[in-house]
Amino acid sequence: MHEQVDSVKTYALVWIVLLILTAVTTAVAYVDLGAFSVVVALVIAVVKMLLVALFFMHIRHSTQLTRLVVMGGLIWLFILLLLTFADFSTRGWTGVPGR
Amino acid sequence: MASEGHAETLALREQFDTADQQKDASTLGMWVFLITEIMFFGGMFLAYSVYRSSYPVVFAVASSSLNAVIGAVNTAVLLCSSFTMVMAVRAAQLGQRRAILIFLILTLILGMVFLGVKAYEWNEKFVEHHVPGPTFHLEGVEMQGPAQIFFSLYFAMTGLHALHMVIGVGLLTWLIIATYRGRFSAQYMTPVDIAGLYWHFVDIIWIFLFPLLYLIDRHLR
Repeated sequence: MHEQVDSVKTYALVWIVLLILTAVTTAVAYVDLGAFSVVVALVIAVVKMLLVALFFMHIRHSTQLTRLVVMGGLIWLFILLLLTFADFSTRGWTGVPGR
Repeated sequence: MASEGHAETLALREQFDTADQQKDASTLGMWVFLITEIMFFGGMFLAYSVYRSSYPVVFAVASSSLNAVIGAVNTAVLLCSSFTMVMAVRAAQLGQRRAILIFLILTLILGMVFLGVKAYEWNEKFVEHHVPGPTFHLEGVEMQGPAQIFFSLYFAMTGLHALHMVIGVGLLTWLIIATYRGRFSAQYMTPVDIAGLYWHFVDIIWIFLFPLLYLIDRHLR
């Protein structure tokens, strides 16, 4: 089998980091960072997502094809967000009544 | 290849050359399903983002009415369940039947704790009149309409997430029974692995839901 078994230590370390990041994101929400609070919250969430995906979901041991499919899916999600916001954020620009 | 005892579960379908190839195909198939789930939840995150950018103040007030401590504790519970799930998968890779059982049962318990806390929170919303409808009222904001949008999104997103958790609990129950009956070994543990992917995916959705719903501009309060 090509199956790679990670050590308990690796998983436990990832788990502890995830718990610490949860505490950090909760604590930082009570600090006034202005517009950056959303950025910080999302960066921490993305880091947690990457930790879960790479270690717990074994992306780091997965085939190139699986990685390509995952990346493809995320790109489609990005397109969904990008095009919708390109619309919503520019609707006021033309000055057309009722937009 | 297949030892006699696992002839049925190990069966290599004729379209595959090797057991490894069959396993890779299962993993890929699950990821394709998870991509459709990402797009499904993506639509909800998109709706959330559009309305949050339209009504930032109302969303901040509404978000601060949620209990962030309970939310954080529930996040920790879910992260612990992901850890026990990955330990179950590891035990399956090593063919340790007893360890698979223990870790799957732990995951199941943590999953049910999460759902229990969620039910408590939802009940709180009904008591506080924070459920969208004729009796809705959120203190501290002029615009009750957008506040109802926030709570509609809250119930839709956490509800959909909880539905996925309920399905996960069902999958775990099935896995526990199958493990007990000795269906899985180091040679064949695809269902444990695939269910693990699903469980971690549901965890990732919550990793985003928690800061986006519970932690908007907490410092203002």
